[in-house]
Amino acid sequence: MTATTTRSTPTHAFDIGHMTKGRVIPRVEDETPCIEVKDLNLFYGEKQALHSINMVIPKQRVTAYIGPSGCGKSTLLRCINRMNDLVDGVRIEGEILLDEQDIYAKSVNVADLRRRVGMVFQKPNPFPKTIFENVAYGLRLQGVKDRRTLDEVVENALKSAALWDEVKDRMHDSAFGLSGGQQQRLVIARAIAIEPEVLLLDEPASALDPISTLKIEELIYELKDKYTIVIVTHNMQQAARVSDYTAFMYMGDLIEFGDTNTLFTNPHKKQTEDYITGRYG
Amino acid sequence: MIKQWFKSGNPWIWLTASAVSVSLILVFGLLLLIAARGLGHFWPATVVEFDYKNADQSTVRLIGEIQDEETVSAQRLRDAGLNIESDAEVTRYLIKTGNRDVDGQDFRWILKPGIEAQRTPKTLMTVERREWGNLYGYLGAVQENQQTVAEGKDAWKALQQRLARTTTLFTQIRQLEKGAIGSINYKLERLRLRERGLELDGNTNPAPQQAIKDERAALNAEYQGLQKQLSDLYTAIKRDQMLVTVSDGQTVTTPLAKVVHAYRPNAMSLLDKLGFYAAKLWEFVSDEPREANTEGGIFPAIFGTVMMVIIMSIMVVPFGVVAAVYLREYARQGPLTRLIRIAVNNLAGVPSIVYGVFGLGFFVYFLGGNLDQLFFPEALPAPTFGTPGLMWASLTLALLTVPVVIVATEEGLSRIPKSVREGSLALGATKAETLWRTVLPMASPAIMTGLILAIARAAGEVAPLMLVGVVKLAPALPLDGNMPFLHLDRKFMHLGFHIYDVGFQSPNVEAARPLVYATALLLVLVIVVLNLAAIAIRNRLREKYHALEQ
Repeated sequence: MTATTTRSTPTHAFDIGHMTKGRVIPRVEDETPCIEVKDLNLFYGEKQALHSINMVIPKQRVTAYIGPSGCGKSTLLRCINRMNDLVDGVRIEGEILLDEQDIYAKSVNVADLRRRVGMVFQKPNPFPKTIFENVAYGLRLQGVKDRRTLDEVVENALKSAALWDEVKDRMHDSAFGLSGGQQQRLVIARAIAIEPEVLLLDEPASALDPISTLKIEELIYELKDKYTIVIVTHNMQQAARVSDYTAFMYMGDLIEFGDTNTLFTNPHKKQTEDYITGRYG
Repeated sequence: MIKQWFKSGNPWIWLTASAVSVSLILVFGLLLLIAARGLGHFWPATVVEFDYKNADQSTVRLIGEIQDEETVSAQRLRDAGLNIESDAEVTRYLIKTGNRDVDGQDFRWILKPGIEAQRTPKTLMTVERREWGNLYGYLGAVQENQQTVAEGKDAWKALQQRLARTTTLFTQIRQLEKGAIGSINYKLERLRLRERGLELDGNTNPAPQQAIKDERAALNAEYQGLQKQLSDLYTAIKRDQMLVTVSDGQTVTTPLAKVVHAYRPNAMSLLDKLGFYAAKLWEFVSDEPREANTEGGIFPAIFGTVMMVIIMSIMVVPFGVVAAVYLREYARQGPLTRLIRIAVNNLAGVPSIVYGVFGLGFFVYFLGGNLDQLFFPEALPAPTFGTPGLMWASLTLALLTVPVVIVATEEGLSRIPKSVREGSLALGATKAETLWRTVLPMASPAIMTGLILAIARAAGEVAPLMLVGVVKLAPALPLDGNMPFLHLDRKFMHLGFHIYDVGFQSPNVEAARPLVYATALLLVLVIVVLNLAAIAIRNRLREKYHALEQ
């Protein structure tokens, strides 16, 4: 979709994020690191999908992965909460440090890790339960039973996800009664209800209409004060609008990583420039 | 023209539609046949009095209900040694003459030409008895302690009153015998077993022995009291009797204690008949069988069938679901799991009698025998679980139906979208938590589908049950008021086996045939009800977890 609209537009025609405008974005190296990816290689069977990725994802910032389909950006994202463990025949080399701890170390409890690193998927995937129970799911897993605590946390999470006003009168209706955009915000509320440190968003708006997309983007902007957000997107304008830092990936390689402004207006690499000006991808 | 018609596809539509219609007609025809044959039995049939000329020209009086009518060729009858004048075809009737104790047979064929006169007097009476089948005749007198108290016109009224009294007394006796006295007998048996248990343990401590003795004395005292009550009731019920004049003019004395109903069908209005019909139908589903299952109700069989299906369901669902979860969720998919799947599917095709043999050999003799050795040594050599019973029958059927549940559950599990599982895992749930909280609830409609198929198969199964627990007449229901209430070791009755028994093993097959149809209809109904219940649950679950349709 973006590709068609941007195919012939020159680089500077991008709206470099009305939300980031006027903010001073420091260089990546000067930020507090949250996640460090070190020399990460990933193989699906014989096929190598990621080639020695190295990057530092800064704390409480929005980092976007962009790149053409199949370039490995979702795969990289799913490495951060070890979702790739579920795929048969995956082999991972290298390390990912979350708060300076290797998440692939033997001693790491995967469930604990995923509690700290929440994830939202491309398609809204609410559980076949009520709206309340969807948001309370993570808490119930942790054994929280107290009704008052649950009510409070659910309300706060829904407020944070900008969904509270729309659903407060039907908390005990099925989550399937919500629209696609509302479902996606519900899923975000579900993820932040357990207060993770990192929030991974895997093309969170790609299945939504423009208005819902806008709401999600506003939400991301709101949330970054509290969470480190990593977002994968196909939509370069979206990346430009919501992210502080952007990584461009191509064929399993990390081509360029830097602050969003620079990457979109003044990319260092030829491949990046070709992609964002729509010459391929 | 024809070619055009073929090309249009219309013949194909007609062909498929007619296949559906034929199936529907077959199903409804079957149900209609069973219903018509079975339900007609309870209608109070007109009793007819015939003057009939026998083959040897002697004239007799016959009283009975017309059961059947057919035309046979005269030649066939002549071959059978009858002297028939007409040369074409002769109509003959099957008459239920009853009075088995008087003339030794229930039924009689009579030829239409031999009927000289045919009457339906209003005073003709049908008497249903607890023994010897129906009695047809005219009421002569009602007696109390051998003394006539009513005769002629008054007799009918007196009979009604006295019959009501005996029926009440009869119910009291049954309640006393089955309830209080049955319970005491059960407790005495438990005491005996406890005593034997102490003996086997080598426990010589006098205290428990004394306790048992005291308890037994108390129970015996209670029993004496009840016994006294019972014999009083028996004396009371034997007071009345009636004199009935039967077809050949004999007078038969019938104690009222042996009478279930006495009615005059020819004098009944349509409304009376309807009321009587409803009462009979209710008696059929709520009463116990009499006379080697050929009379009375089939309640124990209904109860046994439902009970067995429920216990089977309780056993088969957890087992099947757990197996399916392992196969689909945990086991590594490969040649071995594929082999297991093929084996499971083939298991569903094994003839059911083979399961019966397995159940008898493994469950009853091996498992049951060992259970008895371990837990019930005091009852030996009488077996407790080492004999066919409800538990083993349910377990055998659970084994028979477990493949169906496994296959259905696996199908359901494989249909749960990956995104939902990932959503749960991403919130920090372990695989087991995801299964338990999200995947299994979502797969529950599929599990219910498996259960529905299992019930459909199990409820109609008879062959294996004959080996592992079903009997033609069970003395007690598997569920009663005595601890521990549910007696899994007891033998039980089953509708399917009841049909077989009544239809082919009873002393009076002809008389019992309508009951076979009625029981078959009821079996179909029970299965339909069980299935509908399961379907209702499934539909509710589906509504709750309709994520799959999205």
